[in-house]
Amino acid sequence: MSVVTVQLGQCGNQIGFEVFDALYSDSHCPQGLCSERENEAYQASSKERFFSEEENGVSIARAVLVDMEPKVINQTLSKAAQSGQWKYAQHSCFCQKEGSGNNWAYGYSVHGPRHEESIMNLIQKEVEKCDSLSGFFIIMSMAGGTGSGLGAFVTQNLQDQYSNSLKMNQIIWPYGTGEVIVQNYNSVLTLSHLYRSSDALLVHENDAIHKICAKLMNIKQISFSDINQVLAHQLGSVFQPTYSVEGSCHYRRNPLGINWQVRPPLPGLPTLGKVSLNRELHFNTSIANLVILRGKDVHSADLGGFKDPALYTSWLEPIDAFNVWKTQRAFSKYEKSAALVSNSQFLLKPLDTIVGKAWNMFASKAYIHQYTKFGIEEEDFLDSFTLLEQVVASYCNL
Amino acid sequence: VSPASLIAVGQCGNQIGCCFWDLALREHAAVNQVPSYNLFPFFLSFRVVGDGGSISKGKICSLKARAVLIDMEEGVVNEILQGPLRDVFDSKQLITDISGSGNNWAVGHKVFGSLYQEQILEKLRKSAEHCDCLQCFFIIHSMGGGTGSGLGTFLLKVLEDEFPEVYRFVTSVYPSAEDDVITSPYNSILAMKELNEHADCVLPIDNQSLFDIISKIDLMVNSGKLGTTIKAKSLVTSSAGAVKKRHQKPFDAMNNIVANLLLNLTSSARFEGSLNMDLNEISMNLVPFPQLHYLVSSLTPLYTLADVNIPTRRLDQMFSDAFSKDHQLIRADPKHSLYLACALMVRGNVQVSDLRRNIERLKPSLRFISWNQEGWKTSLCSVPPVGHSHSLLALANNTCVKPTFMELRDRFTRLYKKKAHLHHYLQIEGMEESCFMEAVSSLSRLIEEYNQLDATKCMPVEDLPRLSIAM
Repeated sequence: MSVVTVQLGQCGNQIGFEVFDALYSDSHCPQGLCSERENEAYQASSKERFFSEEENGVSIARAVLVDMEPKVINQTLSKAAQSGQWKYAQHSCFCQKEGSGNNWAYGYSVHGPRHEESIMNLIQKEVEKCDSLSGFFIIMSMAGGTGSGLGAFVTQNLQDQYSNSLKMNQIIWPYGTGEVIVQNYNSVLTLSHLYRSSDALLVHENDAIHKICAKLMNIKQISFSDINQVLAHQLGSVFQPTYSVEGSCHYRRNPLGINWQVRPPLPGLPTLGKVSLNRELHFNTSIANLVILRGKDVHSADLGGFKDPALYTSWLEPIDAFNVWKTQRAFSKYEKSAALVSNSQFLLKPLDTIVGKAWNMFASKAYIHQYTKFGIEEEDFLDSFTLLEQVVASYCNL
Repeated sequence: VSPASLIAVGQCGNQIGCCFWDLALREHAAVNQVPSYNLFPFFLSFRVVGDGGSISKGKICSLKARAVLIDMEEGVVNEILQGPLRDVFDSKQLITDISGSGNNWAVGHKVFGSLYQEQILEKLRKSAEHCDCLQCFFIIHSMGGGTGSGLGTFLLKVLEDEFPEVYRFVTSVYPSAEDDVITSPYNSILAMKELNEHADCVLPIDNQSLFDIISKIDLMVNSGKLGTTIKAKSLVTSSAGAVKKRHQKPFDAMNNIVANLLLNLTSSARFEGSLNMDLNEISMNLVPFPQLHYLVSSLTPLYTLADVNIPTRRLDQMFSDAFSKDHQLIRADPKHSLYLACALMVRGNVQVSDLRRNIERLKPSLRFISWNQEGWKTSLCSVPPVGHSHSLLALANNTCVKPTFMELRDRFTRLYKKKAHLHHYLQIEGMEESCFMEAVSSLSRLIEEYNQLDATKCMPVEDLPRLSIAM
């Protein structure tokens, strides 16, 4: 099953390149710590997911690149071609000259409708190359204008046109300070719109990855390239093939196959009363956790800690909320690696912060004229705030 | 890459424009062996003649600037056309007259405005040709004279009507108190009203600040200290190594500073980097309310030492300098006023961690308005300016511009009270005393808006109550 990636804006395209690079290098890693046959199966599965093949055997990323100005796409295309191993399809880019000016309204209301047909056609072409489509992976930042605004528009279109396919958005949470001044507005508008059309939002915070680079990797002068590579590494370890059933040789068919949407119990139904053991330790309460283990000794790993009821909300049994995928084939030369994908309260504080700051700015009406100029009115802002307050409250109540 | 068009109006505007084109060509010659798309946005077209059939060894042989040069006297523009830059412009891009505006805003605005409106429109349309979407106009002029001030601001209204989607960036040179043009307060006030109403973004520059920067550099150069030889090309005031060699003119040093400002402002749109910033992002991030669009600029470094044995100034020093008054192009005190927004445009080998570290370091000493405590917009462009390993341009929307405007208003009032020279203006058709009154009101309203924001300076920063949701 294949995944079509849509890379939007400077951030989306810079990250997209790193992701495909990481996926390719990992699949072609000679030391898989497993049998050759298994390695080949892994490679074939990964390849089918993320790459198509030209006649001469060169791998072509299953991706559509979109940006409203040409510099980044040009760089991305040439970097990929330079690798000599994989590249982007020649006609899979859509580019304009003028940018979106960090303006969500411009990305959503002007670029969106104007370029809808061209962009959706490109995506359609990529979809047709797949034997079977598992879904879309949309990479975008929230802070700017293209990734955020046009990204929201494209996701909406994907929802309309491919309602049966899964849409997962990789959203980049901007640094707390020092990126874009109107980033909180752009983020609020993006999130509220994505909530209505995306199936899953995979979040990476620049601040968090920055800390990883600084503290765990000891990089002295951290560049965006470093940050993007860490991100790509994480994504790679999640998206590369995994076994579908323990002991089976069959790689999981749908890479994005986890039940991401969990609904709280309807009022009136009895909640499951539990006494948990470790209430003193404050964890972010989760409603779903997925652990992906790769490499040596995966089958003997002890995952008891993940089944602690203290981690989960009171209306869920850990067995319903926790999943683990184990694969012997190592990832990217790491003898053992583990990844955790979590739907929990971890995002509560950052979300609350962004909503709070955006709200303060909105109260003063600062910058609003830049949005109303392109058709996003104060009511649209209020709708977005309302929706996000509901999300905050829902997570809070876990 | 989205094109931008440069419009130079008046003597000051054209002299700065001339320096700009010179330095732009120097920058591109230094960076590009192969002519590429980043010769745009400022150049209309270029042709390359391959050397032995190889494009990469080819020379740029025909370069046309995307510009319109306007002056009501012929002196300056003629010099440009006879000088080494003559190949970059053609006569179709010029509008000149012979009589000059007599340092009279009304002559520039009303007389020449109506006389040349059609021609101006025609040339502008031509400069916007061959590009799918012109992104902005850069207007360069001075405020104190007649042509730059009057005709330059007349132009703004024309641009707004004819090209409403295109941003209007104005670089305005404000007269100093000792300006020898007696009527400069009248001209400036009348021009301010137009800037208030029809410009998207204004970068005010004052001559005194430029003088001060030159003095500082001279001091450094002549100090005779060991190891203080400066790399000629790195001087923010020099045109050393410029493609077209020109005779140094008296104001060249000052004009080069302004030219460098424009080059750095557009660098992220022209060259690649890990965090790009296009021209339309400047307005989006730095103008929270339409009227408050005056930005204080500061440039650093002013020079690079030539002696490689002297360690290059620490990167962090560059950030500190950007917030020092010595590097500002207008006299103002942002540290003791209120920031509405701030942009840092970095060039060279600087990464995001350097940016963040310095923002964290400098933040505590700067006061930001309550609803924009993290009001920073940043960009990283990989290509440094000629002669430097890195550089920084800071643009601040700060209430510190208020005293400049108040001083301007005072100078105006002193002159107007005596009705001095007023008849020169009132005799022009369309000019009445009410024009002056309206202009002063417009300025007063602007000052009042800054006052109101300043009043919030001492108020504690409180979070406003949020929407409460029924679950």
